[in-house]
Amino acid sequence: MQRIGVFVCHCGTNIAGTVDVKTVAEMLGKEPGVVFSTDYQYMCSEAGQTLIQDAIKEHNLGGVVICSCSPRMHEQTFRKACAKAGLNPYMVEVANIREQCSWIHKDVAEGTEKAVILGRAAIAKVHLNAPLTAGESPVVKRALVIGGGIAGMQTALDIADAGFEVDIVEKNATIGGKMAQIDKTFPTLDCSACILTPKMVDCAQHEKINIYAYSEVEDVKGFVGNFSVAIRKKARYVDETKCTGCGICTEKCPVKNIPNEFNMGMDNRRSIYIPFAQAVPKIATIDPNTCNKLKTGKCGVCSKVCGAGAIDYTQKDEIIRREYGAIVVATGFNMIDMTKFDEFGYAQSKDVITSLEFERLTNAAGPTGGTLLRPSDGKHPHTIVFVQCCGSRSTTENGKPYCSKICCMYTAKHAMLTREKYPDTDVYVFYIDVRTPGKNFDEFYRRAVEQYGVHYVKGMVGKVAPRADGTLHVQASDLLAGEQLHIDADLVVLAGAIEPDKSARGLATKLTASMDTNDFFTEAHPKLRPVESPTAGVFLSGVCQGPKDIPETVAQAGAAASKVIGLLVKDKLTCNPCVAQSDELLCNGCSGCEHVCPYGAITYETKEFMQFDRSMKPRRVASVNPAVCQGCGACTVTCPSGAMDLKGFSNRQIMAEVDAICK
Amino acid sequence: MIFSYYPGCTLRTRAKDLDVYARKCALALGVELVEPKDWQCCGVVYPLAGDEIAHRLSAVRVLQDAQSRSVSVLTVCSACHNVLKQCAYDLKNDADFRNKANAYSEFDIPVTGEVDVVHYLEMLRDTVGFDTIKQKVVNPLTGKKIGAYYGCLLLRPGKKMGFDDPENPAIIEEFIKALGAEPVIYPYRNECCGGYVTLENKPLAQKKSQTVLESAKEMGAECVITACPLCLYNLKKNGGDTLPVYYFTELLAEALGVK
Repeated sequence: MQRIGVFVCHCGTNIAGTVDVKTVAEMLGKEPGVVFSTDYQYMCSEAGQTLIQDAIKEHNLGGVVICSCSPRMHEQTFRKACAKAGLNPYMVEVANIREQCSWIHKDVAEGTEKAVILGRAAIAKVHLNAPLTAGESPVVKRALVIGGGIAGMQTALDIADAGFEVDIVEKNATIGGKMAQIDKTFPTLDCSACILTPKMVDCAQHEKINIYAYSEVEDVKGFVGNFSVAIRKKARYVDETKCTGCGICTEKCPVKNIPNEFNMGMDNRRSIYIPFAQAVPKIATIDPNTCNKLKTGKCGVCSKVCGAGAIDYTQKDEIIRREYGAIVVATGFNMIDMTKFDEFGYAQSKDVITSLEFERLTNAAGPTGGTLLRPSDGKHPHTIVFVQCCGSRSTTENGKPYCSKICCMYTAKHAMLTREKYPDTDVYVFYIDVRTPGKNFDEFYRRAVEQYGVHYVKGMVGKVAPRADGTLHVQASDLLAGEQLHIDADLVVLAGAIEPDKSARGLATKLTASMDTNDFFTEAHPKLRPVESPTAGVFLSGVCQGPKDIPETVAQAGAAASKVIGLLVKDKLTCNPCVAQSDELLCNGCSGCEHVCPYGAITYETKEFMQFDRSMKPRRVASVNPAVCQGCGACTVTCPSGAMDLKGFSNRQIMAEVDAICK
Repeated sequence: MIFSYYPGCTLRTRAKDLDVYARKCALALGVELVEPKDWQCCGVVYPLAGDEIAHRLSAVRVLQDAQSRSVSVLTVCSACHNVLKQCAYDLKNDADFRNKANAYSEFDIPVTGEVDVVHYLEMLRDTVGFDTIKQKVVNPLTGKKIGAYYGCLLLRPGKKMGFDDPENPAIIEEFIKALGAEPVIYPYRNECCGGYVTLENKPLAQKKSQTVLESAKEMGAECVITACPLCLYNLKKNGGDTLPVYYFTELLAEALGVK
């Protein structure tokens, strides 16, 4: 029998407020095998840890039970403390009497009784614990960044500058992301392209960075330090090594009416295209859905005009498999579909546009050369209404419950720039609240109101009704004046909610990384580990984790990079010793475990076994690769013969816990 | 094709046109309509509260009758359609409501909600097909510019009604095209006509109805069609003499030559 010590934590009043900790320590002290039992105000503090270490030495403890917060919080802390006192760290068990007990009970008697039961279960388990030793696995010194917007580029540059190889996978034909489409950036109003495109070039020229543009992640295998990723390099039908990016093909292609995604469909591109002048890599791409040659076999103009002979209509998608030590997700965002909001009339009038469309209309490289003109008739708008929170902070089925965070600032920017360039234009901004926390942000918004004379109206727009003469009748409420407003506008700009890119959900499944109900990636801890996914070796950068502006995105991208560097500098990683093992004598070779294993850690081999008559007979049995196994336990509950067991969480240990609870 | 045809009270009194033409057109299109025995009022606005079971039993009876005969329920009136459709949805998805409904009524076969409630327009689109209607039209309404007025009850709540995209509906426009006429899209086609507010605050109801008709007229409509007796009442009584308003069945009958 183990000599067990029990340590009950007060956690200030977090536990002691609803659980009588003295009674718990006293009751657990009477359990079989317990030779020492005490309570202390903060067991995780240095004094608390010393108390545990002293008790281990003084009472020669072979097992330790700590009744405290969730093991997700401090299991590592206590394991390390005990290891310093010479105890195997896997002889420590944490009974969660905070999240699973004191925080959810109000009655002290009830809470105390439950805390005793939880402690008893942990004691029963420690009796069956065995010392475990962690193995080691090597680290592949290369990182993968998924998404080539500002988040992915900054992460890649920071990792590469530390001396590690980085691959960027970008699904579009060029890197750059949303920031490439933006005209100016708040609050300093510097030109977005001027600060972005040098970074794009840096990425392309960095000797440690390799860009897979027009590519997507196909599947992900392996685990932290040893991911194996298949990347689908989509066929461009253009030889990347030959194309010089001269652009002659994009001028001669006869298919002219393809909506240009980069300009939000407000002008057209050809079937063969380069997204924009500063694209990286600057290589033409044929859109296979619209190319005459690929669809009907007739045409071939681009091939004829290409001086470099780069056009290759027979090109096929290519699958590349590479190994990585760490993966960074930087998949970014899109604006939600504004046609889902009939009241704003987006589907009914060309002059109702989104904020991103407005960015293109004011951008010198946009469809109007930077002159603000109405999409319907090309005339200058004289009254512009900006509507904030279109689908943000909304509980309707079409909207999003969260604040999209960036719209208040970019709308102030749009309003201010419009008034500066076109002082004869009346500009209205309708808002629920103006939210401008951030360095120099509120000052920026106030400048729009006070210096530029933008009409800020607290209230929402209820209806945008296009009229026969092309004007837009805007009906809205002014909540401060308590009256209804009717405005005849020439242009209405909708600050739509932002949502994670559609590709994020499929990617999360491939990475086994968790997401919230809005499809934002979940962080390992919302405050203390904001750039790590709960899946080891997967890190988060940019809006894929939650709405943020460019400065915040860049800061988070750097933080993600530093976490990746911290991982890649290690030569070896300590493995989790709590892995599955198969009892070959019990295994019946059914392959059930092999099918459920999400990590591909289980293989089958045929071995000779001695029979009752001492003859040898071959039999197929499961075998676990401990370096690949992540200890999830799926195989142990699948195994019909009970041959699979998880070290540290054996079937016997779990049953002992259940027995102790039901006693 | 046989449907359990639920006309509803208004179609027997104020909205006879809606009913008469619906029957004539069904005959012309080869759709057989059988009325359930002893049907009662659907409950109109009372069942929309949702928490009082007694108001919904009439709708439950209609659904049980159709379910026991393995036919779909066909409605024309928007309000009846909304009540029956929501009731069927709740019977299917809300076990508490289903159990209570069965406990109140002594059915031979318990009601499960496994019954389709189909609006006449959906029947035209999905059972007959607008292409077939196009072929059967003898008096095409060529050149006529018609505004579709959806109102509230056909479309919302979107998830339960499943009628069309509640924000960008197209079914009545497709219907208008099938008759050879030209649909006019105008911004107020999904907005409320004023509904029962007309009893309490007539000026407000007038404002709502007038906005709808004036917007339709401005965008070029020569008339407006609807499926809802209350909408028709409001648009006619409160909308001024802006535009003529018809039931969609009347125009269908005219085009099919059975008016």
